[in-house]
Amino acid sequence: MKETLEIIGQIFLLMGSFSLLTAAIGLLRMPDVYNRVQTGTKASTLGAILSFIGLALMTYENWVEINWVGRFAVLVVFIILTNPVSSHVLMRAAYAMKIPLSKLTTVDKLREDINNKIVEEPKDE
Amino acid sequence: MKIKNIFVSFLVIMIGWMLLTWSLDMSSVLLGIGISLALSIVLCNSCTLFNEINLTPKAFAYFFWYIIVFMIELVKANIDVTRRVLSPSMPINPGIVKVETTLKSKMARLILANSITLTPGTFTIEINDDAMYIHWIDVESEDVEGATNAIVRKFEKLLEVMYG
Repeated sequence: MKETLEIIGQIFLLMGSFSLLTAAIGLLRMPDVYNRVQTGTKASTLGAILSFIGLALMTYENWVEINWVGRFAVLVVFIILTNPVSSHVLMRAAYAMKIPLSKLTTVDKLREDINNKIVEEPKDE
Repeated sequence: MKIKNIFVSFLVIMIGWMLLTWSLDMSSVLLGIGISLALSIVLCNSCTLFNEINLTPKAFAYFFWYIIVFMIELVKANIDVTRRVLSPSMPINPGIVKVETTLKSKMARLILANSITLTPGTFTIEINDDAMYIHWIDVESEDVEGATNAIVRKFEKLLEVMYG
């Protein structure tokens, strides 16, 4: 039982590491800052969650002493709540600093609406 | 209104305490109840974070259904990102589109924006009244209705039940 759980946990850890590797490759390959933040956020969030699940399975002993599982659950909730917010702030700051979008970009509704005075320009505070 | 606010924040802090300590000792549970009650009364007396939440069994069931939908979307997002990052031609077609939400509650909008950020190829940049501006890594439709149907609808119909 314990060995099986350990192997499953290691598979989860491997998938998590692969996800984090994808995030790193994405940071290098993507053409502009906006796409880089995108790949970084999604892949690193799932990578962290999968690693925690793997660690929880590997440290499982019995139902009385699974306090690590509870701690990992709290950590997962914190990561899901905070990771998108911090990345959103980075992206918004990049837009406020007028970092250009890549040449592949097809449409920019936010710039159109700023020019039409529907939205205020995001401020670089 | 205030009672509900304090009650929900008490539940959240208490569940966090139980998960962190993972013991059913009388002293530990009583200490947790005391600390949670004090914190929720001091911190959430004036905040309006949980005011709009619906405390019905249906809303509770939808909360779990929402978590399942969200997890499936998160895994799909990662398969999508992996495919785009690792394929040699890098099939991206980025752009910033505008979508509109019917949600009124602040908390529901926060959850919606977070969920959009963690789902396939979309990323919230700016919120202005009912409009959200979303960076989309592979733009499928540039008009407001098409983008709203593709990105927002699946979460919105669940969040509408949870937050009135």
